[in-house]
Amino acid sequence: MSEEQHPILNQLEQIQQDALAVLETAVDEAGITAWRSAHLGRTSPVMTVFSQMGQFPKELRPLVGQRANQVKLALEAALAEQAERVRQAELAQKLAAETLDVTLPGRPQTLGRLHPITQTLREIYRVMGEMGFQVYRARDVETDDYNFTLLNIPPHHPARDMWDTYYMTTPGMVLRTHTSPGQIRAMREYAPDPIRVILPGMCYRYEQVSARSEIQFNQVELLAVGKGITFGDLKGTLTDFARRMFGQNVRTRLRPSYFPFTEPSAEMDVECFVCGGKGCQVCKSSGWLEILGCGMVHPKVLENGGYDPREFTGFAAGMGPERITMLRHRIDDIRYFWSDDVRFLEQF
Amino acid sequence: MKVVLSWLKDYVDIDLSLEELARLLTRIGLEVEEVHSIGLPYPDDSVTGMKSDGHQEFKFNGLAWAPDKIVVAQIDEVMPHPNADRLVLCRLKDGVDEYVVLTGAPNLFEYKGRGPLPQPLKVAYAREGARIYDGHAEGLVLTTLKRAKIRGVESFSMVCSEKELGISEEHEGIMLLPPDAPTGTPLVDYLGDAVYEVSILPNMIRNACMLGVAREIAAALGKPLRKPVHSLPVTGAPLEGQVAIEITDPNLNPRFVLGLVRDVRPMPSPDWVQRRLKLAGMRPINSIVDATNYVMLEIGQPLHAFDYDVLVERAGGKAPTIITLDNVERQLDPYTILVTDTAGALSLAGVMGGLESEVTDRTRTVLLEGACWNFINIRRTISAQRLSSEAAYRFSRGVHPSLSQWGVELGMDRIAGWSGGSIAAGLVDAYPLPAVDPVVEITVEDIHRLLGIDLDLNLAAELLKRLEFICRMDEDRLLVQTPPHRLDIGTGVTGKADIIEEIARMVGYDQIPATRLSSSLPPQRGNAALEREEKLRDILARLGLQEVITYRLTAPEREERLAPLDGEYMALQNPIAPDRRVMRRSLLAALLEVAERNIRLRERLALFEIGPVFIPQPDGDLPAEPTRLAIFMAGQRDLPAWDGASPTRLDFYDLKGIVEAMLAGLHISGAVYELAVDARFHPGKCASIVVNGSQLGVFGELHPAVQRRWDLGDAPALCADLDADALLACLPDRRETLPVPAYPAILEDIAVIVDEAIPASRVADLIRQTGGKLVVDVRLFDVFRGDQIGSGKKSLAYSLTYQSMEGTLTDRETAQVRNRIVRRLEQELGAKLRGE
Ligand SMILES: [Zn+2]
Repeated sequence: MSEEQHPILNQLEQIQQDALAVLETAVDEAGITAWRSAHLGRTSPVMTVFSQMGQFPKELRPLVGQRANQVKLALEAALAEQAERVRQAELAQKLAAETLDVTLPGRPQTLGRLHPITQTLREIYRVMGEMGFQVYRARDVETDDYNFTLLNIPPHHPARDMWDTYYMTTPGMVLRTHTSPGQIRAMREYAPDPIRVILPGMCYRYEQVSARSEIQFNQVELLAVGKGITFGDLKGTLTDFARRMFGQNVRTRLRPSYFPFTEPSAEMDVECFVCGGKGCQVCKSSGWLEILGCGMVHPKVLENGGYDPREFTGFAAGMGPERITMLRHRIDDIRYFWSDDVRFLEQF
Repeated sequence: MKVVLSWLKDYVDIDLSLEELARLLTRIGLEVEEVHSIGLPYPDDSVTGMKSDGHQEFKFNGLAWAPDKIVVAQIDEVMPHPNADRLVLCRLKDGVDEYVVLTGAPNLFEYKGRGPLPQPLKVAYAREGARIYDGHAEGLVLTTLKRAKIRGVESFSMVCSEKELGISEEHEGIMLLPPDAPTGTPLVDYLGDAVYEVSILPNMIRNACMLGVAREIAAALGKPLRKPVHSLPVTGAPLEGQVAIEITDPNLNPRFVLGLVRDVRPMPSPDWVQRRLKLAGMRPINSIVDATNYVMLEIGQPLHAFDYDVLVERAGGKAPTIITLDNVERQLDPYTILVTDTAGALSLAGVMGGLESEVTDRTRTVLLEGACWNFINIRRTISAQRLSSEAAYRFSRGVHPSLSQWGVELGMDRIAGWSGGSIAAGLVDAYPLPAVDPVVEITVEDIHRLLGIDLDLNLAAELLKRLEFICRMDEDRLLVQTPPHRLDIGTGVTGKADIIEEIARMVGYDQIPATRLSSSLPPQRGNAALEREEKLRDILARLGLQEVITYRLTAPEREERLAPLDGEYMALQNPIAPDRRVMRRSLLAALLEVAERNIRLRERLALFEIGPVFIPQPDGDLPAEPTRLAIFMAGQRDLPAWDGASPTRLDFYDLKGIVEAMLAGLHISGAVYELAVDARFHPGKCASIVVNGSQLGVFGELHPAVQRRWDLGDAPALCADLDADALLACLPDRRETLPVPAYPAILEDIAVIVDEAIPASRVADLIRQTGGKLVVDVRLFDVFRGDQIGSGKKSLAYSLTYQSMEGTLTDRETAQVRNRIVRRLEQELGAKLRGE
C-alpha cells in the first residue's frame, strides 16, 4: 500500500462528513426524502464514486469500492436513525395535538339497580342460606285463623293488641300482620320432616303513614323445627347472623320479651353500629338497636303445625329489612322505600 | 308504667345505682324505656360532670342535686322587699348559717310581713354554684347560680320550684316541703328518687304495680320481699247484712268483694302519698280516691269506692244507660257488664264508675269494691265505648281473683288511715268461680330440651320459689304450683314452656350458652319460583332498568285511569285512607304513578316492578295472588352528554329490544309477537307475546288518550304488562350449548321488496326455514320505503350468516342456498330481489 493516500479516499471521507453535517436539518418527511436523493440518490457524491470507479488506478479500486460502500452504509444507517427520529417527533406532535380535557365528564351510561329492600332481602337470604335456611314464601291475604288463632292468639286475646290489623270485607280474612302464618303453612307442608326456613314477605299495619311507620312493610322470619333444637341454638344462630349482617365484632344481647307464638320469648338488641354503643340519635341514646324478636316455638303452635311438642322443639325469629336498611344507611324516613323517588333509589 | 324507686324500696332492699337497676329490669323482661332521675346521680350526666365508660345503655333525664349545694332549709320569716312589690325577702336557715334570700314566689306572699312564722316553712334551697334548671326559660335550660344584685339586694342563692329542680314542669311558686323535713339535710337524701318508665309485656300484667316489679327485683337479686300489710284495727259494726251480692254470670265476674268504712272525712292525702301518686303519673284527688289508686299501683288490684249513702237513697227504675265519671251518657251493648244496685246501673264493671255514686267531699260512708272481671269482656267494652282507664288496662289483661280480697282489705286500711273513720268488720265476698292455679310438672330433661342447659331441679325450684311458685319434689319431677297472683301460666306442655321461660329469665338469658344448630339438616328444598324471579330481576337491572316497589294497597279509581274496571277487588273493611282501600289488581297502574312522580327528574326513565296482584275468588276462597311484571320506559334513548349529539326518543323497538334481551337472558326462545288490540295501548304499536302457546302479556306504546291521564310529558310512554308466572314457567329446566364453529362463516346481504302488509317476521321466518341448518343467523339491518321501490312497498335488507359445522362452505354452496331462498320469497310472498 502506498504511503500516500489517493485523494479519492480523503474525498470519500469528506463526502460522509458533508452528508452527515446536513442530516440534522432534515426534520420532516420531505427533508428526509430530499436528503436521501441528495446523498444516496443516483447522482449523489458517494454513488458517483461508484459509477466513476474506472477512473481510479486498478490496484486502488478494491479499496475505493470498499470505502465507498462503508460510506454508503454509514449514510443509510444515519438516515434510518434520523427518519425514525422524525417519525417519533411527528407522532408526538400529532398526539400532543389530540390532547383531551380528561376532566370532562364521560358519556353517561345507564346502570340498572335493584330496590334497596331487594338488596337487603338477598343479603339475609344469603347469610341464612349458608346456615341451611331456605326461602319459603306465603300469601299476603290470609285467614284470621292462620294469622292469629293458629299462632296461639285467640279472638279477643289481649295479645291481639300487639298488631294493628287490616280486615278484609270478606269475613275471616285479614292482611297478614306478620309472616308468621307462613310458619303454620310451612309446618303443615313439611311435617314430620325437620324444618329450616326463612319466611320473607310484605306485611301490613293499620296505622297512619309517617316517617317512622308504614302501612306495608317487609318482614323476614326464621323458623327451625326439629328434635333437640334449644334456646342455646337460637342464641347461637342469631349471634352468627348478627355478626354476618352487622360486623364480626358486634355485641348482641337477648332480653325477655313476649310473643304469643313463642315461649320463652326474647328480643335481640345489637350494639349500635353507628356510635359503637356510646349513645347517639339513631339508637335514641340507648347504645342498642332493637333488631329482632324471637323465641322457642310455642307448643300449641307446633301442635297446630302438625308436630308433637313432646317430641319436637323449634325456634322462630322475625326482623324488618326496612329497619335494618334504615339503620345501616342512616335513612330517617321510612316513606322513602315505597315512594320510589329515583333520587333515593339511585343511591343504592 | 312509671315505677317509683322509693316506693319499690318499701318492698325490697335495692342497693344498686340507677343504671344497674335499669340493666337488671331490662334483663328480666321489664324493659326500661327511660329513667327520670329526681336528684340522684346517673352516668354521663352533664350536670354532675360524671362520665360513663363510653357505653350508655339507657336514656336518662332529670337533674342530679349536688349534696353540698342543694339542701333542705327553713324560712323563719317572709319580709317585704323595700323596692319591689313582686319580690319578697326570706329569712332563711340552711343548717349552717342564716341568710336573707330574695324570691318572687307567689305562694310566699301570704306570709309577707307577718313577722316570725310560728311554724317555719321547709323549702329546697340552692346555694351559690348549684346547677339547676332556669325556671323562666322555655324547656329545660341548665344554669349555675352566681352572685348577682337584684334591685339593690345581693343575691347568691335561691329557694327552688319543682321545675328548677327537674321534678316537674311546675313553676308557679316554690316547692314547699313537709314540716318535718330536716333542715340542713342534702335534698337528695331527703327527696332523691327516680321514676323508671317500664314497658309491661302483655303476659306480665302482674307487674303493672310496684309490688310486682319489686317481686321481680327481689327474685333476681335473691333478696326477701316485704309485702304490704294492713294494720289498722277493725272497729266498726259488721258489714254482714248491710249489702248482698248477686252475680248473674260467674264467667264474666268470678269474684266480687265489698268492704265498708264509716265516718270518713275526705281530705287531701298525706304529702308522701300525693308525691308517689304524681311520680307514678296519677293526679291526687282526695284521700279516698287516692287510696283506691294507691292500692292499684301498689298490688295491681283496681278498686272502686262508692258513696254508700247515695246507694241507699237511690230509687227508681233501671236505666238502660249509665253516666260515667267523665260525664258521658253511655249506651250499652249486650255484653257490657254493669255493676248495679236495686235502683239500676252503678258502674261499667272494671272500666269506669258511674257519676251518681261517685265519692265526693261530702261522702261519709265508703263501700269499697274489689272484683275480678272476664278480661275479654272488658276488652270488648273498652273498644265499644272507646273508653279506657287504669283499671280497664289491668282488667283487660287479667287480674287474679285472689287479689280482690287483699285489695279491699288494704284499701279500707288506707282509707281509714288517711281519711279517718272506722272499718266495718268482715267483708261480703261472692266468689262463685274460684281460680284454679295450675300445677306443672318439670323434669331435668324438659329444661334441657328447651334451653339446652343442665339445671339441677333443686336449683330450679329455688329460682321459682323467689317468684312465689310453690315447688315440691316428687322423685325426679318438680311439681310447680302457680302463685295466686298470676294468670299467665298454662297447663300441660304449654305450662312446661311457661315455667321454663320463668326459669330462663331467672337464670338470665345471658347465662345460657350460645350453641350452633346440631340437629340434622332437613332435606334441602330449593325455591325455584323465587330463584327464577330473582334471575328476572337481575336481567332487567342488567338491561339498565331501575327496580321499584310500590304499595299493594290502592283505590279502584287509581287503577281506572289505566283501564275501565274489570272485576271485583279485595277490599279492606277498615282502610286507613280512602285512597288505599283495596288490594291492587294492576301492577302497571301502580308503576305509572311512580313514573309520573319521576318523569321530570330524569331525561330517560326506565323502571320495572315484579310483584303480586290480588284477584278475588268465588265461594269465600282466599284471593289468587299472581305475580306480574310491569315495565315503563320513556325519554331519550341515550343520556344527553356535553358534545351535543342530537337526542332521539325511546320508541316501541327499544322496549321490544328489552323484551327480546330479557327472553334471551332467560333462555326462552320461540317467542311469537303479534299486533295486539288492547285499549290501554296505541292501536298500531302494541304487541302480544306468546311462547309455546302461553300468553305472556302485551307491551307497546301507551295510547295517547290514556297517557294524558298522568302527567307523563309528551314523549311516548312505553309499557309492558306481563304475566311473570307464565313468563318464568317458560324457563327451560336445562339447556344444551352448541360448539363454537370450527370453520369460517360467510356473510351475505339480501334486500327484498315486499308489500307493506307483509310482516317482517314472515320474511325472516321463510329465510330461516328455507336456509335450514346452513343459515345460522338472519338479521334485519335496513327497512326502506321510497319512490324508487313504489308506493305500498317496502324494502327489507337482511344480513345472512352461512355456516356449516362440517367444513368451509364454497361460493357455489352458498349461492345454491341463496337462490332457493330468493325463489321461495318470490313464490310465497311475491317478493322482488332489490337491485335486479
Ligand atoms: Zn348509637
